[in-house]
Amino acid sequence: MDKPVPHPNSDTRSFWEGCHAGVLRYQCCGNCGTVQLIPRAVCSHCHTLALEWKDASGHGTILSYTNVYRAPTQAFRADVPYVIAIIDMDEGFRLMVNVRGGPGPHVQIGAAVRVDFEQRGEVTVPIAVLEAQ
Amino acid sequence: MSMNAYISGAFDTRVGELPGSSCMGLHAEAAFGAIRDAGLEPGDIDGVLCAYSFTEPHLMLASVFCEHTGIHPNFCAAIQAGGASAAIMIMQAAALVASGQCNHVLVVTGDNRLTGMSRDGAVAALSEVGHPQFERPFGISVPASYALVAQRYMHEYGVQPEHLAAIAVEHRRHASRHPNAHKRELITINDVLQSKEICSPLRLLDCCLISDGGAALVISARNAGGNVKRRVEILGAGQGHTHEHLVSAPSLTDFGCKQSAARAFATAGVRPADIDVAQIYDSFTITLLVELESIGFFGRGEAGPAALEGALGLSGRLPCNTHGGLLSYGHSGAAGGMFHAVEAVRQLRGEAHGRQVEGAHLAFVHGDGGILSAHCSLVFGAA
Repeated sequence: MDKPVPHPNSDTRSFWEGCHAGVLRYQCCGNCGTVQLIPRAVCSHCHTLALEWKDASGHGTILSYTNVYRAPTQAFRADVPYVIAIIDMDEGFRLMVNVRGGPGPHVQIGAAVRVDFEQRGEVTVPIAVLEAQ
Repeated sequence: MSMNAYISGAFDTRVGELPGSSCMGLHAEAAFGAIRDAGLEPGDIDGVLCAYSFTEPHLMLASVFCEHTGIHPNFCAAIQAGGASAAIMIMQAAALVASGQCNHVLVVTGDNRLTGMSRDGAVAALSEVGHPQFERPFGISVPASYALVAQRYMHEYGVQPEHLAAIAVEHRRHASRHPNAHKRELITINDVLQSKEICSPLRLLDCCLISDGGAALVISARNAGGNVKRRVEILGAGQGHTHEHLVSAPSLTDFGCKQSAARAFATAGVRPADIDVAQIYDSFTITLLVELESIGFFGRGEAGPAALEGALGLSGRLPCNTHGGLLSYGHSGAAGGMFHAVEAVRQLRGEAHGRQVEGAHLAFVHGDGGILSAHCSLVFGAA
């Protein structure tokens, strides 16, 4: 059983193409400037369709995390324990990603991370890396 | 203020491990039990609301149910809002009878989630509420999502593992007084703290059960007949919706239960302090703690210490989930939330026997769907 891979659609293709090229992208509303937490088709604030893509710095902080001991499917069983973290990116968007290296004393709320990428079959997905302490 | 809607019948099937049960069989048992309890005949039912099933999934579950049972209503639909489904079905049924479109609406739920599929199958199916592109590729599950909430909430408000454990312990104490509860043997705080790690900081005994079971209510119009003396009035209802996927939640500590409860209390014209007994969605210990504080039953950071001191117990400040909740009574999909509503009806009728809250006159019922995503709050009053 393979891990689920994202299937990009017209709302998200630019994000996943960016990951493949090693660039983290996010959406910003061309009308009101609101940064979208995750990619979508319409601005969650002013509801116009004028969303624009920008390149992110790749830096953020851990909003929350969990060490997973009970995997949801067979595909993740070999990885336990692994970390799932929600990252508040410096630009104001959000990612849910794994943290490289798994659980450890430095995986903490508020810890600084940068986003790297890893290959998942033919798809590239983001992964958080703890900044040097 | 009146919503012009009454609960005239309530019934729940046995819960737990029920070999030989089926999704539709549990629906039928619950439905006809509730109709009998209301003093009605199946032909009196002119509205039917169902939810969803994991073991017999169907695009039109309410139509499948009506075909299965030979009920031919004027109004028939399925509502899917995860753990908020039961409460939302009740709110919708209230609107149907209050508007004169129906006289008696059957709201019915059930699933044989324990014996009809493997535990792994249930965990995997539930993980599909995660975002297919921005959550599921990273191994998210429902417990992991609530663990992310728990970690943040504990960080901000100083909640300790003992506080969450106290909630699990009190639920088991409640369940020990209910003859039908899935898990009745008492547990200690140490048992919870020593139980298997699932997703930090949540352990096995912080998590709800997986059970077979079904439950139903009949919601009736004011002058529609039935057993008027035993009916319970729906005094208030409200919903709150902020997100579906946790990665898109505007906050990890503030959720739509605040709005849903405020609306329900305002409609009923009561305050949290007026509530005699509460039946609040408890998929995990953290779920209940967050809801208790967001709704206003306790201040931020106060529900945990209060739970340790017995505030949620039968003689506590807010007797909560007196049947044992999802943590210990049982959780059968959408029926899990319906068990809370059935227990509220029993309490308000004075039929809760060894777990009766003396003089219970006002009950609060709350459902939460997704990851604290969809909320529906109800206030019930004794006749």
